[in-house]
Amino acid sequence: MAWVLFGILSFLCLGAVAAMIVSSNQAHNALLLVLAFACLGGLFGLLDAPFAAAVQVIIYAGAIMILFLFAIMMVDLKAGLPPERRRYVLVLAGLLGAVLLAELLIVIRRAFLGAGGPGPADGQGPAGIGHLLFTRYLYPFEITSLLLVAALVGAMALADKPGRKEAS
Amino acid sequence: MIPAAAFLAVAATLFALGVLAFFVKRDLLTQFLAVEVMLNAANLAFLALAKASLKAEAQAMVIFVLTVAAAEAVVGLAIVLLVFRRRKTIRTEDLSGLKG
Repeated sequence: MAWVLFGILSFLCLGAVAAMIVSSNQAHNALLLVLAFACLGGLFGLLDAPFAAAVQVIIYAGAIMILFLFAIMMVDLKAGLPPERRRYVLVLAGLLGAVLLAELLIVIRRAFLGAGGPGPADGQGPAGIGHLLFTRYLYPFEITSLLLVAALVGAMALADKPGRKEAS
Repeated sequence: MIPAAAFLAVAATLFALGVLAFFVKRDLLTQFLAVEVMLNAANLAFLALAKASLKAEAQAMVIFVLTVAAAEAVVGLAIVLLVFRRRKTIRTEDLSGLKG
């Protein structure tokens, strides 16, 4: 079972990146990478790292790739999909929505019936990681927070419109 | 039970594909995406070794890698947008101003 999952996930992940190399549409590239990163999240789950898997899907496949998509939209505005493909997109969207709904229902059912799988090994769960981050890796942790502030300020300074009057 | 070597092989392939994409593609944004692929390959290797050695340290490293990747994406995309605003292009062939 684990081997089957591993095979499917790694094939999808590597295939998506390979398709990105072949494709020339930037928006498709970003969406292919969302698929690749979501599959990587699944691989992380197979490695008994549920916290890293959740973070991978939420932050990487979610936040960072959305940032990329915004940048692509700002850089390269092309016409939308041709009208004959919209129907197919609608069907695909409906299918994905149904899958998401089914997943959510399964999760809710499991939450109420309380049938959880075996948790990660001792000290490997979110609590263990948090403990490490705030004890042994406290210094790097604080430095990363500084890095994030620097990145935020730097990005705002860079993206400022040129030729605007200084406030003050 | 899947051996760590299998995950490491996937990570290595992913990294190689990322390097390939970085050199094959000719626009800044996709090259940027290729860098993200490489970072993710490193994360996968970290977690594979974390499972093999039964230590949570590597998972903390993954969090750090993610943070650095997020900061890098923000600043990098701001620079790409700036380049696009000034030059109206992000194709690397057209950005040869630094060539000797």
